[in-house]
Amino acid sequence: MPKRDDIKSVLVIGSGPIVIGQACEFDYSGTQACRVLREEGVRVILVNSNPATIMTDPEFADATYIEPITPEVVEKIIEKERPDAVLATLGGQTALNCAIALHDNGVLEKYNAPLIGANVEAIQLGEDRQLFKGVVERCGAESARSVICHTMDEVLAGADELGYPVVVRPSFTMGGLGSGFAHDEAELRRMAGAGLQASPTTEVLLEESILGWKEYELEVMRDHADNVVVVCSIENLDPMGVHTGDSITVAPALTLTDREYQRLRDVGIAIIREVGVDTGGCNIQFAINPRDGRIIVIEMNPRVSRSSALASKATGFPIAKIAAKMAIGYTLDEVPNDITQETPASFEPSLDYVVVKVPRFAFEKFPAADDTLTTTMKSVGEAMSIGRNFAEAMQKALRSIERKESSFHWRGQTPTRDEALELLRVAARPTDGRIITVQQAMRGGATVEETHAATGIDPWFLDQIELINDIAHEVGESPELTPDLLRLAKRHGFSDAQLSELRGMPESVVRGVRHALGVRPVFKTVDTCAAEFAARTPYHYSSYDEENEVAPREREAVIILGSGPNRIGQGVEFDYSCVHASFALRDAGYDTIMVNCNPETVSTDYDTSSRLYFEPLTLEDVLEVYHAEKQAGPIAGVIVQLGGQTPLGLARALKEAGVPIVGTSPEAIDLAEDRGAFGRVLAEAKLPAPKHGTAYSAAEALAVAQDIGYPVLVRPSYVLGGRGMEIVYDDDTLVTYVERATHASPEHPVLVDRFLDDAIEIDVDVLYDGTEMYLGGVMEHIEEAGIHSGDSACALPPATLGNAEIELVRESARKLAEGIGVVGLMNVQFALAQDILYVLEANPRASRTVPFVAKATGVALANAASRIMLGATIAQLREEGVLPPSGDGGTLPPHAPISVKEAVLPFHRFRTTDGTMVDSLLGPEMRSTGEVMGIDSTFGRAFGKSQLAAYGGLPTTGTVFVSVANRDKRAMLFPVSRLVDLGFTIVATSGTADVLRRNGIPADVIRKITEREGDAEASDARSIGQLVLDGEIAMVINTPTGQSARADGYAIRAAANTADVPLITTVQEFAAAVQAIEALRRGDLTVTSLQEHALALDLMQVAGR
Amino acid sequence: MNTPLATRAPAVLVLEDGRTFTGRAYGHRGETVGEAVFCTAMTGYQETLTDPSYHRQVVVMTSPHVGNTGWNDEDDESSRIWVSGYVVRDPAIRPSNWRSQRTLEDELDSQGVVGICDIDTRALTRHLRERGAMRVGIFSGEAARMPSAHLVERVTSAPLMKGAALAQEVSTDETYVVPAVGEKRFTVAAVDLGIKAMTPQLMSEHGIEVHVVPADASFSDITSIEGLDGVFFSNGPGDPATADHEVGVLREVLAAGIPFFGICFGNQLLGRALGFGTYKLKYGHRGINQPVMDRTTGKVEVTAHNHGFAVDAPLDKDTDTEFGTARVSHVCLNDDVVEGLELRSDAGELTAFSVQYHPEAAAGPHDAAYLFDRFVTLLENNQKVGA
Repeated sequence: MPKRDDIKSVLVIGSGPIVIGQACEFDYSGTQACRVLREEGVRVILVNSNPATIMTDPEFADATYIEPITPEVVEKIIEKERPDAVLATLGGQTALNCAIALHDNGVLEKYNAPLIGANVEAIQLGEDRQLFKGVVERCGAESARSVICHTMDEVLAGADELGYPVVVRPSFTMGGLGSGFAHDEAELRRMAGAGLQASPTTEVLLEESILGWKEYELEVMRDHADNVVVVCSIENLDPMGVHTGDSITVAPALTLTDREYQRLRDVGIAIIREVGVDTGGCNIQFAINPRDGRIIVIEMNPRVSRSSALASKATGFPIAKIAAKMAIGYTLDEVPNDITQETPASFEPSLDYVVVKVPRFAFEKFPAADDTLTTTMKSVGEAMSIGRNFAEAMQKALRSIERKESSFHWRGQTPTRDEALELLRVAARPTDGRIITVQQAMRGGATVEETHAATGIDPWFLDQIELINDIAHEVGESPELTPDLLRLAKRHGFSDAQLSELRGMPESVVRGVRHALGVRPVFKTVDTCAAEFAARTPYHYSSYDEENEVAPREREAVIILGSGPNRIGQGVEFDYSCVHASFALRDAGYDTIMVNCNPETVSTDYDTSSRLYFEPLTLEDVLEVYHAEKQAGPIAGVIVQLGGQTPLGLARALKEAGVPIVGTSPEAIDLAEDRGAFGRVLAEAKLPAPKHGTAYSAAEALAVAQDIGYPVLVRPSYVLGGRGMEIVYDDDTLVTYVERATHASPEHPVLVDRFLDDAIEIDVDVLYDGTEMYLGGVMEHIEEAGIHSGDSACALPPATLGNAEIELVRESARKLAEGIGVVGLMNVQFALAQDILYVLEANPRASRTVPFVAKATGVALANAASRIMLGATIAQLREEGVLPPSGDGGTLPPHAPISVKEAVLPFHRFRTTDGTMVDSLLGPEMRSTGEVMGIDSTFGRAFGKSQLAAYGGLPTTGTVFVSVANRDKRAMLFPVSRLVDLGFTIVATSGTADVLRRNGIPADVIRKITEREGDAEASDARSIGQLVLDGEIAMVINTPTGQSARADGYAIRAAANTADVPLITTVQEFAAAVQAIEALRRGDLTVTSLQEHALALDLMQVAGR
Repeated sequence: MNTPLATRAPAVLVLEDGRTFTGRAYGHRGETVGEAVFCTAMTGYQETLTDPSYHRQVVVMTSPHVGNTGWNDEDDESSRIWVSGYVVRDPAIRPSNWRSQRTLEDELDSQGVVGICDIDTRALTRHLRERGAMRVGIFSGEAARMPSAHLVERVTSAPLMKGAALAQEVSTDETYVVPAVGEKRFTVAAVDLGIKAMTPQLMSEHGIEVHVVPADASFSDITSIEGLDGVFFSNGPGDPATADHEVGVLREVLAAGIPFFGICFGNQLLGRALGFGTYKLKYGHRGINQPVMDRTTGKVEVTAHNHGFAVDAPLDKDTDTEFGTARVSHVCLNDDVVEGLELRSDAGELTAFSVQYHPEAAAGPHDAAYLFDRFVTLLENNQKVGA
């Protein structure tokens, strides 16, 4: 049946900010959906609060609303746009929850905008655990025995019936939030309590433990004619007990016979039919008892998911794209398979390679957090790799994680038998890097059987690790590295770096020998059909095999290096820039070649670039891609400045290997990173910087601090995301920092900067072509300097800066760009203190804020940057219409809307080992996973929207708790008194309350958590923590104080996080919040699309042309 | 015998056009020749290896890891391994599955199946895709040391698949009966042209008592079965153009109005009995992911295929035959190859049907299992008419 003709417009709901459990895979799926729908002539209306996404680029939808994804706001959009249908199955749990709310409050019916893809009944059947159990039973399959509970009493009774350990799963939370194993009653009480809280339906499920069973997933698609295909099977290497997002996973399933696989397939298909997912994709998870093959259906997601993004990349079958086509009426057999172009999509991909996905964690950012992997997802990103066998794919995936310790190694002494057994005891607890512990234990002689008993990992995988160890042993012991041995090792995924360690020779020598012997990888093609049909899409991966499939080409090519697995500090924002460069350069007549290993991204969609190489971003792997492409045709150069620190870190070595780097030269990149050299640039340009020094030891650090004065900001050199950065106020802390927190060495010195108190931090993104600069945008941070820019909220145009200050910023940035020798993008951070504009740092690369600036000003900065890198000038780009004909982001007209970017933090995901929250204070080390944008006519409204999008929004009435540090007491008076004027009730700890009362502001005293009960002054017997948990506080203002009060502040913040109460930890943000509350109270929120904003702003001056 | 790659003896694979792949010995050491075909199934190697339709073929597995789940005594589709040679990239060293009883390689060795591993199976597959299925030899151990011209000669002197009559070679010698499960409702003669065990099993689960008869059974042998309700022709190897005896029997079945169901080779024979031609596909369909549309319902099923020949029948129109109106009921959506035929009486009643693919799966998806129900309905309707 062809396309439905009753659907002329569709509202696509996005997934909002990147959070753990819901990352840029939904940008990939949403972008695909928007593209497909527009190609089909459907008017696309999009809502997503996340500015860092590709899908929110104005050209991907007819009306793009960067607005909070709440039922109220989305209703306004529906009211205004009147879509014929709503598509919510491509925006993760956020979109699905929003859609259910819109159904429940009658909005969908009122505006006659039904859900397409999955209807509400199907969503509920799939997501409600009790209903889903019925589905499984009707399909003739088994669920784990379980009990649904709504109260703690029911929970305890349920556990008695099932026996410990039991699994606790709160209903309707994403990424398994709040799930875990309870081994005893204390753990159960804690987890179930939090779970009841986290579940929107106050519901948790207790389940029999199937810990240690084999875990599988099927990605299933159905069209409205009831045709069903299984796109991909995924096997988890980590057995049941670890969330699939945190597991190492493999595609296709490797340890099932056909009978068992077909049983999973039959059950999966029966379930998608019984649930009634009309069209689209869903993910079904199974556990299999390795002893007898008993199959248990764990859960299903009636929507596309992280796994479906992985499956799409793993097979070449674009699930989201096809789901969008199904949603508007096509059947699977009517949609061609993109890759073969001749065969239809109504088939099941066959893989002639192995895909391995490895998660990337960020526990180093949350030192207090328990790093045990459980059924709650904790990873922040992932890398995928493709090889012609498991060993090759596994080793490539591990090196794609970009951590030295993430790869198998044979350094140091071989573990003794006793040590090996001890390593097995360690490996019994799943953690980040357990696979390495397993490899080391087996290196030390732990047998496959012993390792299987300790970890539950299937013997087949362990056997492969043993094989890798055996080959390593042979490489290490062999008198010479013969071509056969080298080939054998490369065929099993060994990197030149690993071989260099095993042979005790430099990596470059290994590479030289290898090339001299002609041992090079070939590039195979992901073709969905195991070579049964010719592939038309050049989606390649390397393998040490015989036949190379890279086709010759004639056009000049540009290789773009992506940003690898998402991590805190390097996420979707960088993918955004890479994808834009690819689009812009394809338009400009180049072939673009993307290299990346992150399956969640748009950049690794085979549609994005002329050619895609799914490869690790290491020097070796990039050099091999370059070599293969150089054989294929002319190369204009390699772009390293858009993918963040990952490609930037390769720049120098690539250049030394003779690879042409376009844009800012590697030398100029080093210039900006090197303190001394950068200091000279500043001196020449007569630009002030905070006093600073470089220290190679603790003693040197003390001397520097003495010279420049406390407080100081200390950090290791060459970092992104403020890793290891701290503000230090005294000698003792400084010494501890240098000695413990970092490893200062001649290669890695510690940078010590004077920390500017009470300064306004300003961020700018500029383009520079060698002579002219284009100021992309000026962002004023809401938090003062000292909070990492990635975690800080900011406003564009700057809410409080005048023209003179902006001109000063412009001139300073221009001098820096010139001094460094930037060709392309540069980000500069300034601090404005006592009318002096200090340069904090300059980074000659795409920054995290590039997409935000692009959305806020309506100018595609990354596109322009890529063109400049290949020789275009700003003047030329202005003429072509890539940049506005005149003016720039520093000369926005007074009526320009204000955009506020707010960071989204993952604190509620992490618990310490004893189950309490990790602290949620902001600091110089970046810890946010994502961001949202609020855009509106005034700062207050925009800030209010940003808060609504980030965590549910500010209160407009109620009780506000205030407890601020002494230095903030003066600054809090005005905003607190405004709140009182607005009718809020204020409660405060005694010190803060005293100050308020002396200034004529009524405030009730409330007991601190650490204060004893019975305080005469206290207005309530409960402590503030209890009041917050009891839901009686609408907002918490708590700015951090010195060490003494830290424990109390921590407890208050933890309570606020647990109860999901707005928590404000800086006075600047407090002031902004009060402005926002005023705006919220004054009037209804209104919604405006980016296209409408652009028309009003007319920066491109289309109106005049 | 679970040897890692590095320590295996050398082996060489030689195609009739001279292309050579050097790898290592796998399974039995020695030499073998056959028709090179590739199979894209990612599961079910045990079923594939024991499928008689692969008789005289050297099967190239596109899935790189083979042998992971070992070998058990439950999943065989016939009494032995039929492939004449086996090509894999990365053989499993250790099998892992709760049903596994021994390794795949031990089984290959004990059944004398010569194989090769550690070659670029994708390159070989692409070669076969572009040049078509062709003869191939695998030489390991001593045999691998022969000069290459000699090896090519060995390969080119092997018989061609086109024109090969192989049904007799794989068929049962004696009739045997697979009793109905539960109440017996029907009696069917299944002509064994290389039948897979799952076919009579599924029929028996539908209340059919299956009399599996040899390929050389005559029409009177078949009709002498007491209470016969229908006739079934199985899958099997070889060129359908050589099966004159079987086609003759089938024409008698059709003329007698006995309900008929055929699978694979049985579909090709129905085609020939109805007067259509058959032809050899360039490289065949072998896998368990093939999209087939049932033109009677418009639904798409994902199906298991294993065929190198196909029926040449018009897709766009019905064909009048002496037995009734024939039409193409199923078609492969990848390449429009005929995947099923049906024959209707002048009254429009279904009298015979067949499919080119494998509704019995094993290995493969169960999407087409409804065809056994369709056969039961056909038998039922005929019983009613007869009653």
